[in-house]
Amino acid sequence: MTEGTPVGRRIVLGMIALGGVGVVAGSRARNAVENVLGPVEERDPTGLTGLVPVGGGFRFYSVTASVPRRSAADYRLTVGGLVERPATHTMASLAAMRQTTMIRDFQCVTGWRVPQVHWSGVRLGDVIRAAGPRPGATAVRLTSFDGAYDDTLTLEQAYRPDVIVALSMLGGPITHDHGGPVRLYVAPMYGYKSVKWLGGIELTDGVSPGYWEQRGYDVDAWIGKSNGRDDDPV
Amino acid sequence: MTLSEPARGLLVRFTPAQRWVHRATAGLMLTCVATAAILYIPSLSVAVGRRALVEDVHVYAGIALPLPALLGLLSRAVRADYGRLNRFSPDDWRWLRAGDRRSGRIPVGKFNAGQKLNSAFVAGSIAVMLGSGLIMRYANPWPLAWRSGATFVHDWLSTAVFVVLAGHLAFAYRDPEARRGMRTGRVERAWARREHAGWLAEHDDAPAGRTVGKPGGKPGRTRAP
Repeated sequence: MTEGTPVGRRIVLGMIALGGVGVVAGSRARNAVENVLGPVEERDPTGLTGLVPVGGGFRFYSVTASVPRRSAADYRLTVGGLVERPATHTMASLAAMRQTTMIRDFQCVTGWRVPQVHWSGVRLGDVIRAAGPRPGATAVRLTSFDGAYDDTLTLEQAYRPDVIVALSMLGGPITHDHGGPVRLYVAPMYGYKSVKWLGGIELTDGVSPGYWEQRGYDVDAWIGKSNGRDDDPV
Repeated sequence: MTLSEPARGLLVRFTPAQRWVHRATAGLMLTCVATAAILYIPSLSVAVGRRALVEDVHVYAGIALPLPALLGLLSRAVRADYGRLNRFSPDDWRWLRAGDRRSGRIPVGKFNAGQKLNSAFVAGSIAVMLGSGLIMRYANPWPLAWRSGATFVHDWLSTAVFVVLAGHLAFAYRDPEARRGMRTGRVERAWARREHAGWLAEHDDAPAGRTVGKPGGKPGRTRAP
């Protein structure tokens, strides 16, 4: 059975060649596919398009074995560290503060982007100012109540108007999978800065790299200006 | 027929080396598929969590995936099978086109044309998934567009691999004797006559006890598919 054409080898070499073309030119093809299928996926009630690798829509990342569920009623957000008045917020106390709403993209460092997401919540700067930072405070450590994830911002970054403690997204309460009931949204930076299941805000005297940053990502995660990427700003 | 009967009802189809290559490749492939599902399907991602660990398992299983097939090159029987899988005869093309391809009208060798296509696709997929996966994981030396392109290739080819793999498992599910061949290395003569008549004829031409390699023929091509 050694006679015959070496079809197997041709298939393998052909696939490798196609794969190479896909790597070099796939970036453009991906955008074209996303433009066509992205809007379909947004409106797909069955969720079946989620199984097709379109790239539109959120992907859900969690770094721990399981994340405890917190309802809006038993949610607490602690503010501590180098502050004059440590505080524990509830959903109600956060909702009573000045609310900021914005419609901005969510850009992940792995490449996917969800356009025009509706975000609403309290400016992180307002929460910090209410606690009264002490003179030595220069950075903020943000922890997740999943027990493992944390991230960090300089105090200057935390005061930006487009950095919010989000109480709602996509026009409703934040679901558990999206990091609800309360998560951070750092609009100008990649998604790993937008800590899900936000449980604690701690003012510190210096930046200490967060979960993914200890695993190689940039601490200053400006979209398009970090991690070797050139994405458009949101 | 049972195993207590004389071995003349059973033919050796695969040596331990051939079965080991298949089993190790299958184990690593299923590991890749399972971890890919956890990384990619939102409800599984959240239910399982442990993203860094799952990613490591996926990456290292993927890097190891070509190794069993390459180690198999050390075995003459495996090399012979690579040669058989690689080569398409005119009968293979007729078999693929025939409506009655399971009737036995067109004689089939050790592997039918569908099995040959499947193995070539899997081999090509492993190469492309490895290349694109390495670009995604070790991102530094590559242009950004390549990283996006590699993600694109990896995502779409994974969908195709999933479909083909499901087909492969469905065919195996429908044919217990083929599964036994992979599990024990032996198959019933009657099954071989029905499914692989060409191989059976080859087998019977061989001297007694010679059950692998290239009976009565030139040495097989030893190149991997």
